[in-house]
Formats: sequence, structure tokens, C-alpha cells
Amino acid sequence: MNYSFIEFIMGPMVWVSFAVFFIGLTGKTLYIILQIKKKESFIFSFLTLKHSTRSIIAWLIPFFPKSTRTNPVFYMVSYLFHIGLFLVPLFLMSHIVLGNESFQISWVSLNDTVADWLTVLVIMALGYFAYRRASVPQVRYLTTFKDYLLLLMVALPFITGFLANHQVLAYKLMIIAHVISGELMLIMIPFTKFSHIITGPLSRAYTGSEFGNVRHAKDW
Amino acid sequence: MKENAVLQNELNSDSAIEDGLAKLNPERITKVIQEVLYKETGPRFKAYVETCMHCGLCADACSYFISNDSNPKFSPAGKVKRTVWEMIKKKGNVSTKFLREAVHISFLECNVCKRCSMYCPFGIDIAYMMLLVRRICHKLEITPLYIQDTVNSHAATSNQMWVKEDEWIDTLQWQEEDAREEFKNLRIPLDKTGADIMYSVIAPEPKFQAGLIYQTAVIMHAAGMNWTMPSNPGWDNSNMAMYTGDNEISGRIAKSFYETAQKLKVNKIVMGECGHAFRSVYDMGNRWAGWAMPPFEVVHALEFYHELLTSKRITIKEKYRKKVTLHDPCNVSRGRGLHDLARIVVDMTCSNFIEMTPNREHNYCCGAGGGVINCGPPYKQERMDNNRNKADQLRATGADVLIAPCHNCHSGLEDIVEHYKLNMEVKFLGDIIYETMEKKIIHPEDKQ
Ligand code: SF4
Ligand code: SF4
Repeated sequence: MNYSFIEFIMGPMVWVSFAVFFIGLTGKTLYIILQIKKKESFIFSFLTLKHSTRSIIAWLIPFFPKSTRTNPVFYMVSYLFHIGLFLVPLFLMSHIVLGNESFQISWVSLNDTVADWLTVLVIMALGYFAYRRASVPQVRYLTTFKDYLLLLMVALPFITGFLANHQVLAYKLMIIAHVISGELMLIMIPFTKFSHIITGPLSRAYTGSEFGNVRHAKDW
Repeated sequence: MKENAVLQNELNSDSAIEDGLAKLNPERITKVIQEVLYKETGPRFKAYVETCMHCGLCADACSYFISNDSNPKFSPAGKVKRTVWEMIKKKGNVSTKFLREAVHISFLECNVCKRCSMYCPFGIDIAYMMLLVRRICHKLEITPLYIQDTVNSHAATSNQMWVKEDEWIDTLQWQEEDAREEFKNLRIPLDKTGADIMYSVIAPEPKFQAGLIYQTAVIMHAAGMNWTMPSNPGWDNSNMAMYTGDNEISGRIAKSFYETAQKLKVNKIVMGECGHAFRSVYDMGNRWAGWAMPPFEVVHALEFYHELLTSKRITIKEKYRKKVTLHDPCNVSRGRGLHDLARIVVDMTCSNFIEMTPNREHNYCCGAGGGVINCGPPYKQERMDNNRNKADQLRATGADVLIAPCHNCHSGLEDIVEHYKLNMEVKFLGDIIYETMEKKIIHPEDKQ
């Protein structure tokens, strides 16, 4: 493979991806807030910090909301999946080493075996999500081709990372694929349904405030 | 098992919908849909559509889904797919056949009960989106006949049931006269400026259930309240326009209601046992009229009864002994958190209470709410089919009496009880209080 291409995706492209990710998400948040100001400013008259946080926290506590108890398997998988999704990329030793090389900074790392298992878990969870999409009628009815693509996009960096780490298949190729798919995912987050990382809590905050502040009722 | 009409693809419709559809042309359809979806809404709608992960977790929340053997078409997000997604995909360029279905989905397959918002991990407000679809139908003039008639009545008379002004006043005076035969000095004070309470009801009370006004008068009399009822238009607190997407009329109704209270210079408004009316004056109508929160203290009957009983203004002679259960109306439990107060009142008045499950905020809608029952007889059979889940929930209580502190719920539950042969008596909480209370006579002058 072209050496300069590899250099590009390992160097500048990393920066670009992070920039798109951060600027994209911040921009999106700001845009939403400005749009609310412009078109639906009433939202601010109902939004309260107390009820927003109350609702978001309630929905972060495993098996606290009733809905999570009626779908225990899905939520269990979903909790573990999201935990892995955050922990592995942020606290993987080999990622920290990269951070160290570029910025001379370092932070706590995950034990490699734990990281390995979490990776397997994330991949298995994605498999479960795909299976669920295909087999549970009410989910299948809503599922579009794009939804499977999203699953694939998350799966790729984890699968390639895992294979590269264990050096089972062509190591170099795997690392390249890993970096590219990771970058792709970072870039796509602000522009796809992955942005529920931002819109999810915002939506929850508003519903939580409407329920808590106006209607004096719980929303979990 | 009998299949519901919707599943057989013979969609129920009515003459207003059909006449309206016949008059539409593609340009108008596209224009209206784009106007509503892109101009009238904002980031909230966009966020709901973008955030929905198509996970189907909201399905379990919805009675329509459960009653129809988990048919995915009836899941909350399924209904959004069948309406909003398609409208977005086609940029508003949809057929009249599609619109016929959209009217049906938004008006007859959703009670806008918001239960699904408690099951979606993001709290996506599907009811809001169904109301948007209704708004589109309203602007295209394809609203179902019966509910549109109530809105027309609102627009022309400021009440839902074409009650004429003299009829209204006559009814109140007739109830007062009747009650005075039993209770000396009882009054239903009309237009008493400066009273503490303005009492308001929905138009079906004077039209069909005047006895409820009688009961309230007796309760007010026994409690020695300083109250009044307005004689002029604005007395009706119901608001069907809120459910047909006719936001302009909806705001107008709420505004004239508050203005009536303002003219009477009362301290607070107490309203009868109605849920949607409460939603209108507390949550929705006020917003269309420009108030974030109602400009008056609005007290729902449940809260009022609680206050009367706990302050001992009313005492219970002997508790009601039959086995009772309580239905939490969406608009005052999920809509106002009054479920615990309701239980205190039931506890103080009944000796044999059994919970239905799920309950409180999680209770299932009666199946009549959100304007569904108001779409009238053409849709009654399918409403009964869609209420199977509610019937199962009621049957499981084994109660003899079903307390439903909401007019909509009351009517809808009576239909269910009859259709599914549940052998229950449906009552308002006021009925129970009236039956069990000490009807002592207090002269307002002595109290003050
Ligand atoms: S608002 Fe109620 S009736 Fe409508 S989709 Fe949600 S749960 Fe079902
Ligand atoms: S639960 Fe929420 S995110 Fe999932 S399909 Fe329903 S509306 Fe969409």
C-alpha cells in the first residue's frame, strides 16, 4: 500500500476526524439551541435543570425505569454495549500510548484482558442488535437498511481492532482498516443517528421537564 | 379471533373525511404538509425524528399494539412510520389514499395519552407527532365528522355541545330548584363577582348529565364554599379543538374561559371530573392562548375533593362498601400527578379498594381519550376491538365498581364494560362522595 496514504490516515486524518467529531457535535448542539430560541422558545419556559437531570439520571440507572424491566435482555445488552463503546476506545492501552506519543499525556488504562473481553462484548451486542432487528416483528417493521449499516459501522473498528491486537490476520491491513473505520465512525457521529449522544439527552431533558415541572409526574 | 377492520384493510371512514378528500389536489396537499412539518414545527420535531433509533421499545407501552396481538403497525413508532416518515420521504407529496389512512391512524389509533413517552429511552413524544398529523388533517379539512362538529360548536357557541345560553342558565336554575327541595337555602350562585371559586364543567354535563351539577351543588353547600358558576359563554372548559389540531380555536376557547374567570374576579377555578378539559386549561389551551402556565389556579375535582375531605369541610357518614377499583385518567395522573391524592380520597370514602395494574402514571388509557370517542359511532366497533387490553386489565381486578374521575374515561369505560360484559358499575368519584357524605347544612354566613 502507498506509504503516504498510510501516513495520511494515521496522521492528519486522525486530526480531521476528531475535529469533525467535536466541532460537529458542538455545532449541532448550538444549532439546536439557536433554533429553539428562534422557533420554539417556549421550550425554555418549561425546561428546568432539576427535572432534566432527574429524568436523565433515572434513565441511566440500570433497570430503574419500568420500560427497562419489561425488556431486560435488550437493556442489559444495551447497557454493556454502551459501556464498552466508551471504555474501550478511551482507555485502551494502545490508544493511550498514541496519546502519549503525540502529547506526552497519559491516563489510566484498562487492563488488556478486560479490554479484550469488552471488545468481544461490544461485537456480540451488535450481533444481538442485528438479530433483534431481523427477528422481533415490531423492530423489524421499523428497521431500514441504514439501521444495519449503522451497526456495521460500529462493528468494524471493534472487529478490526480485535483482530489486529491478536494478530490473527494480516496485521498491517487490519490496523489500517481499524484506523479508517474508526475515523469514519467519528466523522459520521454528528451526521447520523449516532448523534443521539446529544439529541437523546436533550429530548429526555425536555420530556423530563414537561413531566416533572408541568405535570408533576414521573417519566420512567 | 375477530380481526380488526384496519387489519382487513377496509378502513373505516366517514362523510366528512370523504368529502374533504374529494376536494383535495396534490399541490394543496404538498403545501399543507410542508407548511406544518417544516414551518410550524422546529428543532423539537426534527430531533424526535432524528433521534428515534427504530428500536421498538415504545411498542409495549401502547394499548393499540397490545390489543391487536402485537401487530407492529400499531406500535407508537409504527404509527409514526405510517404517517410522518412517509410524509417526510415524499416531501409532502402523498396520495389521498395515504391521507385517508393518516386521518385514521392519528385520530383513531392513538389516544395521545403519552404513555409511550415513558417507555421510549429518549422520551420521544409520539403523541405530539400524532397531533401534528391531526393538524395536517385539520388544515386539509379532512377531520372526522363527529369531532369536527364539536369544534364547530366550540367556534360558534363557545361550548362543545351547541348548548344555548338560555338552556345553560335554565339547567343550572332547574338543578338549583330541585336541590332546594332537599336542602333548604342551597344556591347555585350565578355570576357572583368576587367569589372564592369559579366552578366549571364540560358541556355534556348540562346536556346529558345535569345530575352531576346537582351533586356538586350539594357538596359545595355542605362544605360551605363561597362559589359561583358563570352564566355567559366561557363556562365550558372542554376543548375538542385541542385534539383536532385546530390550535387557533383551541387557544380561543382557553382564552374565553380564563376571561370569564377574570371577569368574575375569583381566586381559583375548580373544575369537574374531566381529564381532557383539565389538559386544555392547564397544559395545552393555555399555551395556544399565550400563557406558559394557566393564569389562574386551576384545581381539578380530584384535588378539590381531597382538600374538602382532609380539611374536614366534608365528612363521610359511612364508607362505601362495595369492592371498588380506580382508573387513573391519563390527563390528571400522567398529566398532573394527582394519582396519590385520588387514592387518599378513595381511602377516605371506600372500605374495599383494589388496585388495578398497571396504575398511577403507568395506567393504560381508557381507550376513549384524546378525541377517539368523539369521532363517534362510525368507529365504535373498532374502538371496542382496540380496547381489549383495557378490558383485560379491568377484568383482572374483580371489582364491582369502577371509579373513573374523568368524563371521557367514564363514557369509554362504560362502553368497554358493556361490550366485554364486565359486570361493573362505572362511577365518578363525586358519585361516591355524594353517596357517603354527611349532607349537613352549613350556611355560608355562619362560616365566614
Ligand atoms: S400516545 Fe398512547 S395511544 Fe398514542 S401511541 Fe403513545 S401509547 Fe399509544
Ligand atoms: S422507543 Fe423511542 S427510539 Fe425506540 S422506536 Fe420508539 S420512539 Fe423510536
